[in-house]
Amino acid sequence: MNITIDINGKDVTASIEPRVTLLDFVRDVAGLKGTHAGCEHGVCGACTVLLDGEAVRSCLILAAQAEGNSITTIEAVDGTARQPGELSVIQDAFCEAHGLQCGYCTPGMVLAAKTLLQHTPTPSREQVREAISGNICRCTGYMQIIDAIMLAAERLQGLNQPADGA
Amino acid sequence: MVHDMGSKPMPDKTYRFLSQPRRVVEDRRFVAGKGHYIADYDHADMAHVALMPCHLPAARIDAIDASAALAMPGVIDVVTGAELAAAIDPLMNGLDTPKVRRYPLAVGQVRYAGEWVCAVIAESRAIAEDAIEHIRLETTALPFVLDPEQALRDDSPLVHPDHNSNVLLDKKFVWGPVDDDFAAADHQLNFCVTWGRNSTVPIETFGVVAEWNAWEQMLDIRASVQMPKYADQIARALGLAGNQVRVHYDIDVGGSYGVKRGIKHAVLIGYLARKLHRPVRLIEDRLENMRAGDAHGPERKFDVSVAFDKDGTVRSMKMRALDNAGAYAGRAPFQLGKPIGAIVGPYRIGSVAYQAISVTTNKAAQEAVRGFGQAPTNYALETAMDRVAAFLDMDRLALRQHNFIKTDEFPYLIPSGSTYDSGDYHTVIDKVMAAADYPKLVATCNQLRKDGMMAGIGIAACLEPSGGNSSFEPLLNESNQTTTWMESCQINIDALGTVTARIHTTSSGQGHETLVSTVIGEILGIDPDSIRVVRPNSLESLPGNSPVGSRMAIMLGGAAARAAEKLKAKIIAIAAHHLKCDATSIDYQGGAMLTANGRHITWDDIIESAHRQIHRLPDGMDPGLASFDIMQVPTGGDLPKDGKVHMYPCYSFEFHLVLVAFDPIIGKPEIRSYTIGHDCGTVINPAIVSGMTYGGIAHGIGAALLEEFAYDESGQLMTQSFLDYLMPSSHEVPDIQLVKHCTPSPHTVFGQKGSGESGYLGAPAAISSAINHAVAGLDISFDKLPIRMSVISDKIAAATHHRSDSE
Repeated sequence: MNITIDINGKDVTASIEPRVTLLDFVRDVAGLKGTHAGCEHGVCGACTVLLDGEAVRSCLILAAQAEGNSITTIEAVDGTARQPGELSVIQDAFCEAHGLQCGYCTPGMVLAAKTLLQHTPTPSREQVREAISGNICRCTGYMQIIDAIMLAAERLQGLNQPADGA
Repeated sequence: MVHDMGSKPMPDKTYRFLSQPRRVVEDRRFVAGKGHYIADYDHADMAHVALMPCHLPAARIDAIDASAALAMPGVIDVVTGAELAAAIDPLMNGLDTPKVRRYPLAVGQVRYAGEWVCAVIAESRAIAEDAIEHIRLETTALPFVLDPEQALRDDSPLVHPDHNSNVLLDKKFVWGPVDDDFAAADHQLNFCVTWGRNSTVPIETFGVVAEWNAWEQMLDIRASVQMPKYADQIARALGLAGNQVRVHYDIDVGGSYGVKRGIKHAVLIGYLARKLHRPVRLIEDRLENMRAGDAHGPERKFDVSVAFDKDGTVRSMKMRALDNAGAYAGRAPFQLGKPIGAIVGPYRIGSVAYQAISVTTNKAAQEAVRGFGQAPTNYALETAMDRVAAFLDMDRLALRQHNFIKTDEFPYLIPSGSTYDSGDYHTVIDKVMAAADYPKLVATCNQLRKDGMMAGIGIAACLEPSGGNSSFEPLLNESNQTTTWMESCQINIDALGTVTARIHTTSSGQGHETLVSTVIGEILGIDPDSIRVVRPNSLESLPGNSPVGSRMAIMLGGAAARAAEKLKAKIIAIAAHHLKCDATSIDYQGGAMLTANGRHITWDDIIESAHRQIHRLPDGMDPGLASFDIMQVPTGGDLPKDGKVHMYPCYSFEFHLVLVAFDPIIGKPEIRSYTIGHDCGTVINPAIVSGMTYGGIAHGIGAALLEEFAYDESGQLMTQSFLDYLMPSSHEVPDIQLVKHCTPSPHTVFGQKGSGESGYLGAPAAISSAINHAVAGLDISFDKLPIRMSVISDKIAAATHHRSDSE
C-alpha cells in the first residue's frame, strides 16, 4: 500500500506492507535513526515519537494508522528552529545534568519531557516522575533524568522572561 | 616508567579538570538521537537473520526440513547447527570441560527451551520471521533438569551426556584455621539464601553486522558488544587468522552492564557473511534476547555457617555457593571466582571455607552480569551479619562497626589472598548516619508501624573490587595461566597542535571519551574539550580487555595518564633543548608555555619543532609527538599459590541505609528513604560516578523486588517480555541521597578506584535487610530474591493466620 506521513514537517511517501509499524517506517523508510527499538511491545518507551504533539509509542502504531497525522521525532524536537549541532533547551539540560549514560532511551526521554513541559511548564519532581514512568532507563536510576527535566523547566521559564528582566 | 605507580597520591590535591564538574562529551550526540548504534548501521545489500527456537527444554533433533522455507521468495538460506559444527570450532571455554561443547546453534540436542536450532537468512527480517513458520522441526523430547541441587544428583538427567556429569566446577578452598575458629567460637549459626536469576536487560538488544571481503580476506564485525578479546574469539572459532577479523569499536552500545558478550551471535553471523558473500545482520528481537541471548545472570544458592563470639566478633565463615549456569559453560563458572577477592567483605573475618559449584541445567546459558557474582555474595554476607546481630540481640550497625577493618589496618590481607588497598569504613558510616538523620529515620519507622504498616530499616556495607584482572581464572582452572589483563591508550599531537587519543574498546554509556580526555587534559594542562578521543577498529588497536570488572577509571584512565606523561616528558625535553637548560629546571605550564629562568617557548614552537624541524630536536630524538601505553593491572600478575591469589587492586566501599514500608495485606514494598555512602577514591567525573551509582541502585532494586527469569515446571521461561520481566520504572526508584567520601587508592595514578558496579553491589542486600527487619516480629524471613509482593503478602498472611490459630 502507498502511504504518506508528515514527519518533521516533510511528507514521506512510500509503498509498504500494511504490517509495517510506524517505528520501522520512521527508521527504515524516512531514515531517521534517532527513534530506537527497545521491547517492541509497548513497554519501554525507547521508540517514543510525538503524534500531533503527543508522546506515543511508535512500535504499537502501524505506519498506515499515522497517515494524516504529523509525526515529530527527536531529530526535530525543537521544530526546525535549530541548526545541526545546536541543542534545544531540554537537550542541553540533559547534558548539563548528565541525565543519561548509554543514550539509547534518551530520545524517548527527551520527547516525554517535551510533552510534559508543554502541558506543565513548572512541574514538581513527582510530576516529572509520573511523566517519564512509561520510559524505562537501565543506566541512570532516573535521578539525573529528573534533575535534567527540572532544570529544563526552570530554564524554559527563564527564557520566557523579557530580556531586561522587567 | 614515567609515572611512579607506587607513589602515594595526595588526597587533598586539587585538580584543574579531574574531579571537577565537566559535561560528558558523549551526551551531545546521544540527546540528539545521533548515537552510532548497531541497528543504525545500514548497507544496501544487507541480508537479515531470524532464529528458530525449539520450545522443548531438552530434546534430540531428529530432522529439520527447511525446503518450504527455502522456496519462499526472499529467503536466501537456512543454516542448522549440524552445518555449523562441521565448519567451525566450538566457542571458547575457560574451564577444562572439553565435552561441554557450545556452538551458536543447537547441535544434535536442544538443551533449553528457546534455544536456537537454525538461522534463516532473508532479504528482510520480516521475511526471515515468516519463513521460520514453514520450517519443520522433528524432535524427541528428553528428560530435563532445572534445579541445581537435583542436577548434582547421580540420577539426574545430563545436560551434556558426553561430559558424564552436570558439574562444570566444584572447588573447595580452606583459607585459615576454619575448624579451630569454629571450635573456639561461642556460637555458630547456619542459613540458606538464594539469589534469583536476573540480568541487566539493556533496552537495546544485542546486534551484530558482519561483512566478508573475499578480495582482502577480511571479516569486518560491528556489534553492540562489551567483551574482552572479542576479535580473537571470533577468529579462533571461524579458523581465521587474528588479522583477518576487524572489530569496529566505534559502535555505541545501548547499555550492557556486563551481558553483551555476543560471541555466539558474531561467530554465526561471521560464518554466514563468509558463506553468502553478503553483509549479514542479526538484531535480536526482545524474545530472542530474553530467551536465548546468552544474557542471564547468576542464579545462586548459598549455604552459610558463621562462627562468632558473644561480643559480636565474627571469627569464621563456611560458604557453599551453588550456581545454576544453565545449559552451557560460558563465563558463568568464573562468576563464582571473582567474589573470592572480597570473600569477607569489609570485615575482619579470620578464616573462610568456600565451596564453589557450578552446574549445568536446562535453562538458558548464563553470562557475565554487573559485579561478576559479587552482588549475590554480598547479599549472603550481609544476611549473615543481620542474622548474627539478631541472634545476639545486638544492634546490626554496631555489629558491623565492631567487625569492620579499621582505617589504620590497610593494606589488609584477607584470608583468600587478596590485599585490600585502602578504606575508611567507619567514617563513611558516620557521614551516612548524619546525612540520613538516623534517629529521625528510626522514629519514622516506628511511627509507620504504629500506623499499621510493616516498616523496616535495611543496611548493607559492601565492597566493590575494582580494576578488573582475571586471576580467578588460574585459581579455578590450573591449566589456565592467564595473569595479564592490560588496557592501553595511544595519543598523537598533530602538526596543528591538537591532541587525539585512541582507545581500544566499545563503550556502553560509561563515558570513556570523557574519562580519557579529562585525564590527558589534566596531565598536559590543556582544555579536555579540545582533545578528541576516537575508537578505531581492533586491527588499529593495542591490546585491551574492555570495560569489565569496574576497571576503566583505573586501567584506561591509568594508561591514558601514563601515555600523556610520556608525551609531556618529550615536550619538556624539547623545551630544555631549545632553552639550553636542564629538563628538571623546566616549569611545565600546560598548553600555554614552558618557562625557565624567565625564558619561554610556546606550545606552537614545540609542535613546529617536533613535526617540521628535526634539526631543532635533541640528538637522536624521533620526530612527531606520539605515545602509547599498555598498562598491566596494578598489583596483578602472580599465579595462585596454595589456593590463594591476589585479585583486584582497588576496593571501593558503599554503605546503604534504607527505609522500606508496606501494607501487611497488600505487601507492596515502597522505599521511603534511601541514602548511600560511596567511596571510590578520587573521582574523575562526578556526574558519571553519581549516575552509575544511582543506576546501580535501581538495578539492585530490580534484583531485590522484581526481576527474575522464572521458569515453570515444564522448563518454559515465563518472564520473556517486559510485561512479565518487571524492571523498576521511575515510580519504583526513589530519590536517593548520595554521600561521598574519598579514600584514595595507593595503587592508581590519581588515587581513583572503580565505580561501574556501585550501588548494585549492596542495594539488594539492603532492601532484603529492610524487609526482613519489617517482618522480624512475625518470626518469618525472606530467604530468596526477588522478594515479590505476592510472596510478602502470602507469608505475612500465613504467619498471622498461624498466630491467630495458636492464640
